[in-house]
Amino acid sequence: MMLAPARFALGLAVSAAALLALVAWSFTVGRFAVSPHDVANVLWSSLLGEESGLARNVDAIVLQVRAPRVAAALAVGAALAAAGAAYQNLFKNPLVSPDILGVSAGCSLGAGLAVLLSLSITMMQAFAFVGGLVAVGLVVAIGTWIRGRDPILTLVLTGVVVGSLFGAGVALVKYVADPYNQLPAITFWLLGSFTGALPRDLPVTLVPIAAGVALIWLLRWRIDVLALSDDEARTLGIDVRQLRFVVIVAATLITASAVALAGTIGWVGLLVPHAARLVTGAAFARVLPLSLVLGAGFMLAVDTACRTLFATEIPPGVVTAFVGTPVFIALLALTFRRSA
Amino acid sequence: MGAARATALALLVSTFAHGAVASREFVDDAGRKIALPDRIERVYAAGPPASVLVFALAPEVLIGWTRAFRDDEAQWVPEKYAKLPELGRLTGRGNTANVEVVLKQKPDIVIDVGSTSATFASLADRVQSQTGIPYVLLDGRLATTPRQIETIASILGAEERGRELSAYSGRILDGLREKIAAIPADKRPEVYYARGPQGLVTGLEGSINVEMIELLGANNVAAGEKGGLANVGLEQVVLWDPAIIVTNDPNFYRDVWNLPVWNSVDAVRKKRVYLSPHLPFGWFDYPPGANRLIGLLWLSDILYPELFRHDLARDVTEFYRLFYHQAPTAEQVTRLLSEPGVAPR
Repeated sequence: MMLAPARFALGLAVSAAALLALVAWSFTVGRFAVSPHDVANVLWSSLLGEESGLARNVDAIVLQVRAPRVAAALAVGAALAAAGAAYQNLFKNPLVSPDILGVSAGCSLGAGLAVLLSLSITMMQAFAFVGGLVAVGLVVAIGTWIRGRDPILTLVLTGVVVGSLFGAGVALVKYVADPYNQLPAITFWLLGSFTGALPRDLPVTLVPIAAGVALIWLLRWRIDVLALSDDEARTLGIDVRQLRFVVIVAATLITASAVALAGTIGWVGLLVPHAARLVTGAAFARVLPLSLVLGAGFMLAVDTACRTLFATEIPPGVVTAFVGTPVFIALLALTFRRSA
Repeated sequence: MGAARATALALLVSTFAHGAVASREFVDDAGRKIALPDRIERVYAAGPPASVLVFALAPEVLIGWTRAFRDDEAQWVPEKYAKLPELGRLTGRGNTANVEVVLKQKPDIVIDVGSTSATFASLADRVQSQTGIPYVLLDGRLATTPRQIETIASILGAEERGRELSAYSGRILDGLREKIAAIPADKRPEVYYARGPQGLVTGLEGSINVEMIELLGANNVAAGEKGGLANVGLEQVVLWDPAIIVTNDPNFYRDVWNLPVWNSVDAVRKKRVYLSPHLPFGWFDYPPGANRLIGLLWLSDILYPELFRHDLARDVTEFYRLFYHQAPTAEQVTRLLSEPGVAPR
C-alpha cells in the first residue's frame, strides 16, 4: 500500500502524460481527414507565424475548429471538476455538483430570453452568463437574509427553490417561443455542444474560468478546512463565511462560463473529484490538481467522441451521463468496499 | 370503436351547440370519417400552415390567427385580417390555445394541415371529442399543395377560388419539376441549410424543414441521415463543402462573413449564402405551408441560375395578391427583394 503523497505524485504524472497523449490524438481525428503530419505542420507554422502551405481548409480545420474546441473542452472539464471538488468540501457532501445553487437554470433562462429576442450567439452567451450570476446572486442574497442556524442547509434549499423557479422560467420561455424557429434553437442550446466554440469565444470564456480556478487554487489549503465543522475551522483562524462566499463566487464564474459556452454538462463536477479522491485521499490540496487534469481529460475524450462518431453532433451532456452513471456506481462500490 | 363513438358524440354535441345539421360525410387524410356541417362560416385553423391556406381561400371565415401579426408582418395583408385575434395553436408542437377561448369563438370546424401520423390523428380525435367541433386533418406536404387547396376549398364551399389557386400552384410546381427533371445529377448543387444563430442546426433527409431543397432536386448535404433537425459540427460543414448555403437566421447571415472558418466553405468564399425573406410568412422552412410556393421560385433561381430567371418582382406581386389578398406596392416588393442575402446572384 503506497502512501497518499506517493500515490498522488504517481497519479498526477500518469494522468498528465495521458492527457498530453489525448490532446495530441484529439487534434488528429475528426470528420475531416487531416494527417498527423499535416496537423503538426499547421500547428508549427502557426506558432512561427508562417503559412503552412497546405490547403486553406486544412488550416481552418486545425486552427479554427479543432484548436478552439480542444482548448474549450480542456478548460471546461478542468474547471467544472475543480468547482465540483471545492463545492463537495464546502457543502460537506460528496453528492454535490457545481450547479447545486441554480447556476445552470439561471444560464438557461438567460439564453432562452436571448433567443426570444432574436439576439446573436454572442449575446446569447452573455445573457446566459449573466443569468447564471443572477440566479446564484439571488440564492446567496436570500441565504444571507435568512441567516439560518444552518447556513449550508439554507443555501442548498434556497438553491433548489431558486433553481426550480428559473427552471419554470425556462419552461415559460419555451412555451411562448415560436415553435418552428425559436423552440428548436432553445432546445439545441440547452442540450449543449462545443460545436460553436470559435476562437473569438475563447477569451470571454477562458478568462472567467481561469479567474475562478485561480481563486480555488489559491484557497486550496483553506478549502480543506471547510470539510471540518465551522467551529473547528474558526479555531484554526479561518473566517468560514467569507471563505464560503469566495468559493461560491469562483465556482459560479466557472460554471456560468462553461454553461454559456457549451450548455449544461453534468457529471464532470460530480464524478471527477471522486475519482481523484480514490487515488489520492481526501486532502483537497491533492484532490484539486488531480481533478483539474482528470476533468480536462474526461471532457476532451467525451467531446472528441461527440464530434467524430457521426455526421451529426452528439450532445456532450448526454455522453457524460451515459458514461458517468456506470462509472459513478463503480466508484461508489470501490469507495464503500474500502471504507468497510 | 373509440373513434366512432367520438364522432357520434361530436355529431350530437355540434347539433345542439350550433344548430348546424351535419349532412356531409368527409374522410380526411388521416382516414378519419368526419361529419361536416352544411354551412361553414367560422373556421379555426389549428396551426400556421392551415391558417395560410384558409386565409388564402376564404379569409372572411377565418376567426383568428395562431399568433397575432407583428407590425412589419401586418403591412402585407389587408388591415381587417391582420387585426384578427390571436387564438394560439391547438395541436402539433405544443398547445398554446385555451380550448375555452377557441370555443368562445364558436368555430363550425377546425382545420389542421401538417403531419397525418397516428400521433396527430389521435390528437385530432381528442380535440374533436372534447369540443364537439369537427376536426379535419390534412396532409401538408409541399408537393400536394394543389390538392390541399382543392380539399379545403370544397369543405368551405369556395370551389371557384380553389380552382384558381390550385391551378396557380400546380403551374408553379409542374413548371419547376418539368425543367428540373432534365437536369443531370452532376449539375445539381450541394446545398446546406443553416439554422440557428450559429448556423449549425440543419435538416436531415426527409425533414419537413428541407422539403424545398428536395422538391427542387438539389442535394441536401446532410441527407446521409434521415430525421428531423440535428446539430452538426463546423468541421462536418467544411467537409461537406456545400456550394450553396440557405439560412433564415439574420444573425447567422451577418456573422458568417466575419468568421474565418466559414470562409473555407465554398459557398461562403463564392458569396453564395442566401437569407430567405420572412414577410408576412417565411419563404423557406417555416411555417411549412403554401407560403413556401413563392420561396420555390426564389430558390430555383438560386440553385439553377442558368435554367431559371423568374421575374421575382412580378411573381411576388401576383402570389401575394392571390394568396394574401393585397398586391404589395412596388416599393414594398423592391425593399423585400433587396434585403441583404435575398437577391439571387
